[in-house]
Amino acid sequence: MQEPVVDLALALDHGLTESEFETACSILGRTPSFTELGIFSAMWSEHCSYKSSKVHLRLFPTTGEQVLIGPGENAGAVDIGNNLAAIFKMESHNHPSFIEPYQGAATGVGGILRDVFTMGARPIANLDSLRFGTADTEHMKYLIRRVTRGIGDYGNCMGVPTVGGEVFFDSAYQGNILVNAMTVGLAPRDKIFLGEASGPGNAIMYVGSKTGRDGIHGATMASEEFSEESAEKRPTVQVGDPFTEKLLLEALMELFQGDAIIGIQDMGAAGLTSSSFEMAGRAGSGVDLDLSKVPMRETHMTAYEIMLSESQERMLLVCKPERVQEIADVFEKWDLSASVIGKVTETGRVRIWGPDGQLAADMPVDPLAAKAPVYDRPRAEPPYFKTLKAADLSAYSDLDAEGVGHAMHTLLAAPNIASKHWFYEQYDTTVQTNTLQGPGKAEAALVRIKGTNSAIAVTSDCNPRFVYLDPREGGKHTIAEAARNIACTGAKPLAITDCLNYGSPENPHVMWQFRESIEGMCEACTALNTPVVSGNVSFYNDTNGKPVFPTPSVGMVGLLADRTRYATNMFSEPGLAVYLVGVTREELGGSEYLSRLHGKTEGKIPTVSLEHERNLIEFLQKAISQGVVLHARDCSLGGLAIALAKSCFAEDPVGLTVDLNENVSIAAQLFAESAGRVVVALRKEDAAELTAHVQTFGLTAQAIGMTGGSNLTLKIKGQTLFDQPVAQLKTVWRDALAHLLELE
Amino acid sequence: MRVSVLLFPGSNCDRDAIHAFEAVLGAEVNGIWHKETDLKNPDLVFIPGGFSFGDYLRSGAIARFSPIMEQVQAYVARGGYVMGVCNGFQILCEMQLLPGALLTNKPIKFLCQDVFVRVEPNQSPMLQKLTPGQVLRIPIAHGMGQYFADEATLDRLEGEGQVLMRYCSAEGSLDEASNPNGSLRSIAGICNADGRVFGMMPHPERHVEAELGSEDGLILLDSVLGILDRVN
Repeated sequence: MQEPVVDLALALDHGLTESEFETACSILGRTPSFTELGIFSAMWSEHCSYKSSKVHLRLFPTTGEQVLIGPGENAGAVDIGNNLAAIFKMESHNHPSFIEPYQGAATGVGGILRDVFTMGARPIANLDSLRFGTADTEHMKYLIRRVTRGIGDYGNCMGVPTVGGEVFFDSAYQGNILVNAMTVGLAPRDKIFLGEASGPGNAIMYVGSKTGRDGIHGATMASEEFSEESAEKRPTVQVGDPFTEKLLLEALMELFQGDAIIGIQDMGAAGLTSSSFEMAGRAGSGVDLDLSKVPMRETHMTAYEIMLSESQERMLLVCKPERVQEIADVFEKWDLSASVIGKVTETGRVRIWGPDGQLAADMPVDPLAAKAPVYDRPRAEPPYFKTLKAADLSAYSDLDAEGVGHAMHTLLAAPNIASKHWFYEQYDTTVQTNTLQGPGKAEAALVRIKGTNSAIAVTSDCNPRFVYLDPREGGKHTIAEAARNIACTGAKPLAITDCLNYGSPENPHVMWQFRESIEGMCEACTALNTPVVSGNVSFYNDTNGKPVFPTPSVGMVGLLADRTRYATNMFSEPGLAVYLVGVTREELGGSEYLSRLHGKTEGKIPTVSLEHERNLIEFLQKAISQGVVLHARDCSLGGLAIALAKSCFAEDPVGLTVDLNENVSIAAQLFAESAGRVVVALRKEDAAELTAHVQTFGLTAQAIGMTGGSNLTLKIKGQTLFDQPVAQLKTVWRDALAHLLELE
Repeated sequence: MRVSVLLFPGSNCDRDAIHAFEAVLGAEVNGIWHKETDLKNPDLVFIPGGFSFGDYLRSGAIARFSPIMEQVQAYVARGGYVMGVCNGFQILCEMQLLPGALLTNKPIKFLCQDVFVRVEPNQSPMLQKLTPGQVLRIPIAHGMGQYFADEATLDRLEGEGQVLMRYCSAEGSLDEASNPNGSLRSIAGICNADGRVFGMMPHPERHVEAELGSEDGLILLDSVLGILDRVN
């Protein structure tokens, strides 16, 4: 077959710009071959090169005494004591999931799992952060069902529990859903494996599934906006095989016990291309590959196709030539084939011989990275920002008892607030027998570490409506909410992984959102000592020019050193004293209440005080570890009233009567989403101790009520505004989403 | 007390079972790879849950051809004790060591939740420490758990005391709402004619420690092994 002639027109077709093509030619000192052009196109795609985000990502704090490995490897790692490391990362699979939701979501889970177990860590927990459009069209329901099924089928087969996550619905995602998957793994801290092709002469082995034509140019697809033609791109979506990945995991776990593996790298986006360049780049070495040795499942594949295939469940590993057999034997035991496809060199180049024996590519490693395009793209404040921020919300703040009742029912049934059991019951949440508290039971999932006294706490958070209305303040909210959720269990927040989902970087308004939100996140990460250890950027989440809400999903890991003491988020018995720690302000802007009851996404969003958040986090750890606080719940979507209601929804529901007396409007009192607030419950006799802790950390807390009875009774300044049976409210909350998604 | 836990490619509850038998119940445990041919003289063969061979053909359909399964057949013929959980139950049905089959759940989706099962009157030596009517809280996690057999088989199973447990409410009553996967006659676990081969869909090995929410699985596994008696 004759390869196309490489010229500027073909380069433009490959998504390169004219100046990028010129740089490519100057790096090589000649016009690239067809295969080389494919490699440039993949390596310099937004997805792989971070060309539009790099200058901003540098702002993130990435160090701290807890950090073992920061960004740049397959995943980040933090020290969790007992000579163990928690290794974690979150990644997006948005574009594939919109085009083919089942395979897109499944391979998203498969990919993030590989990123983690490549490093020698057994995956112990998965989380999923999902954003959908409003579930009122058949197509959106189809996407929701198939994404959920895809996530479940992959994670369940792998035997990794899905312990948490979030699901958010808004019309901003109608044309571009977001599927972000996170994995946490566990490894001995002195036995973490890196993706390095070191030691010239060492063998490069290919293991896992065979290579086919699926996923060719997946990375490039993920770097374009959606349009009417996107459905035609279905062939660029990869197909997952969790069974093969499970075998790969177990074979590698066996090999990681020994010392045969020198370096190992997952073949993710841009497959063999990015894995070979990244491995050589990290080690400062070179790589020679003979593609005739690559196991194939399709015939007549060209060098170009092999290098760009994104077939799943494949890895590259580096070992000494004399250990090849021993490694191959372990893979053989697991019915997997492993072949030597190349060797490490000291040339500083990646050289590729095609299946026909011809040299198909000969490219220097470092210049490809060093001269990779970096853009500080223009940024401009979008006009909506000041307008929406200035919106007058006074018309929405007055409520009578009837209005409160209506709002309570509407909000409890709102998809963003209603129980997510329809989703998480399709995921295996308890396999591995470490799930102390799974989805919905505590503010963060708690996963015990066998053989120690500890557990890790893990959560994923982001309120994209806040980030949209005020990217900087919203960025702070994202980090503060995640840290608050971790602390609500009693655990200490350690570090984050971020998955930054935005519209097109070529849109100055999007770049402004990107920069502003990162600056807000940076400020919060620094203040709360939760550095970024891994992450991913997903741009081009637009449809026909309309970007999604800026959505920096954050996954946070914390450590619960003594797992005998932690707090759950539902009242366990009558007679508990209930306190609100923190202050409710007249802050209805960006609330679920405004969105759901009044159809408005506007207003000045609540202000975050990072100093207050830091004190609150320390207070929670202290009061929970000392056994004073039994239950803790963050006030987020739906505000205090919804936090209180949800706290009543234990398996055996417990009633509650509260009397609130903040000097704000009734709507704000109940439904404002002011930051830095946590509802805590404790035994009456521990009240003095609670007050002492509150004072120690310079916080304010009010005793607002007591659990008991079978109703939820909300009073404001002595006047009863709401009084209804908890069992009934729980049914509304519990069944809303299942009804919406199962009924036609 | 010696337990042999079978390991198939795709098993994923093997480590949980080993933890439960070894660390919690104090048994001696051998993991037996499916290509092996020696069961290592066990008091119980345990077939764990998971997705053996990916469940790609039909759950459990391929595992029965593994080399170790000939040994399991012989072991059963000698009167040995075998317990299969979830995919292990499916494999036992595929091997025809237990009657019936496990079909796709009635709501066509994977379900992971705590359920209640009621111990039925039975003669199985494996459940003698449990009382008929006793309700246990044990999690399920499966996509194909709907127990199915023809009417005659179901009648025979019931008549011979081979139905070991049924899905029920917290109070022990049988109703549609408490039958998560639509199993015929709410059947969650059965045994063979001599009561020595036992299969169930819920995962007792996941509820053996109080910190994970329930020790009901421990009660059940202890009855199967009879270990705690010996220790005390």
